[in-house]
Amino acid sequence: MSFETAAELAAAVAAGRQSASDIVATTLDRIAHDDKRLNAFTTVTAERARARAAAIDAAVASGKPAGPLAGVPFAIKNLIDIAGLPTLAGSRINRDHPPAAADAKLVARLEAAGAILVGALNMGEYAYDFTGENSHYGPSRNPHDTARMTGGSSGGAGGAVGGGLVPLALGSDTNGSIRVPSSFCGIFGLKPTYGRLTRAGSFPFVSSLDHLGPLTRSVRDLALAYDAMQGPDPRDPVYAGRPAEPVTDLLGLETAGLRVAAAGGYFRAGASAEALSALDTVSAALGAVREIEIPEAARARAAAYVITTAEGAALHLDRLRERPDDFDPDVRDRLIAGALVPGSAVVQAQKFRRWYQSAVLRLFDEVDAILAPATPCVAPLIGQKTFMLDGKEMPVRANIGIYTQPISFIGLPVVAVPVPPAKGLPIGVQIIAAPWREDVALRLASDLEARGIVRAPLPPG
Amino acid sequence: MSDSDDLDAFIAAGTRLLGLTIKPEWREAIRLHLAISLGHARAVAEFPLPDESDPAPVFSA
Repeated sequence: MSFETAAELAAAVAAGRQSASDIVATTLDRIAHDDKRLNAFTTVTAERARARAAAIDAAVASGKPAGPLAGVPFAIKNLIDIAGLPTLAGSRINRDHPPAAADAKLVARLEAAGAILVGALNMGEYAYDFTGENSHYGPSRNPHDTARMTGGSSGGAGGAVGGGLVPLALGSDTNGSIRVPSSFCGIFGLKPTYGRLTRAGSFPFVSSLDHLGPLTRSVRDLALAYDAMQGPDPRDPVYAGRPAEPVTDLLGLETAGLRVAAAGGYFRAGASAEALSALDTVSAALGAVREIEIPEAARARAAAYVITTAEGAALHLDRLRERPDDFDPDVRDRLIAGALVPGSAVVQAQKFRRWYQSAVLRLFDEVDAILAPATPCVAPLIGQKTFMLDGKEMPVRANIGIYTQPISFIGLPVVAVPVPPAKGLPIGVQIIAAPWREDVALRLASDLEARGIVRAPLPPG
Repeated sequence: MSDSDDLDAFIAAGTRLLGLTIKPEWREAIRLHLAISLGHARAVAEFPLPDESDPAPVFSA
């Protein structure tokens, strides 16, 4: 076993060429060895994983059908519940929470498909983060250069998948927290439509904007995991009631008829040469000759920012009163500021959200997908506080998500695809589709992957 | 008073009223973040919307 995808591993287990127990043993060895360098894991569930693998091997030996993810090791951002463990959400404070009574629904669904949970992953505290840094558990480190950020807040997910520790991770994305680490770590990420996948059993950040989704090294793996996780769950009131719409079997469909445009204006203004080069590469490959203007994108980002800081502050207000010294200082100071934002600003931001949604949805009368950079630059150095954005020095932590925020603000589905450079660091491009059309974004990503335009190679060294 | 003085006064009064205790060394970062957030709020408020417009989240009874 080397750098296999989830699909390859599951096929090998189903055919009896490889045992789930061997895969888990190799995975645990690799985590023990490589995670010293990457700091992606906060908990390794070794005993549970070995028991689960033995059960899958027994099932395969007795001729029972193996699931589509049979024997596939996966790990989850530590804001997602694992039965018997406190759900940390990157914090010190939550260590004092009682252990979760049950696995989160999405974990149960992945395991029902044969996948094997091997641990919980590092993240920016309470998900208010684009860097992957964490003052309590240390920074997640980028597998392409461990002096650099993974991006966040699903930082451990980016590092664990990009570094080959696991082929599949589950993350969350409120403003870009799946797409940013996907970009910096050179992997694939899917942020589904808002309300598509249940969030029950995960520690919230901003209910108005929170999503869960997979990170992988192939498009097929995104689709397999996504299909396994779809379905109703009355425990999440935001779940939209949409029936499961499997996509894996649609990946090979012809994409020539799909109309693709690249986002211009705001989405090019602050982008580095690397981000523009990646966008232009993908645009050329998909024949996206047309540039489209997403109206009021800067204001949409501003509104997402206001809702995030105020809702996040409301969530944590008691903890800010009682245990302010136990927060990561970078997160605490932003949350305290958020507590002071007037309610009128939040209501206005939610009103603007509805206007913006109507305006953007009209664009999908003319196109099926829109391309945009995932991040304005490649991974900054760990500890770097500012970077240049559109000719101005700006804080890193608050601004890495300038291109992701206007999209998640209205819940559009996005696949982040990695464009490996000839040399240097990877960077991602967002393939954005209309609501509930994850299939369109995944088909385009699959087409790009088949032609070698986007891919997630093993980092050197 | 400068904008910075106004923010400091707002932070001092607001945190006190909310029962939040802040240390002097946190103030500069809080001021920076609040200024950014209020700037974003201003940008949103400047966009004209009709009185009848509904916020995005709709509660279903």
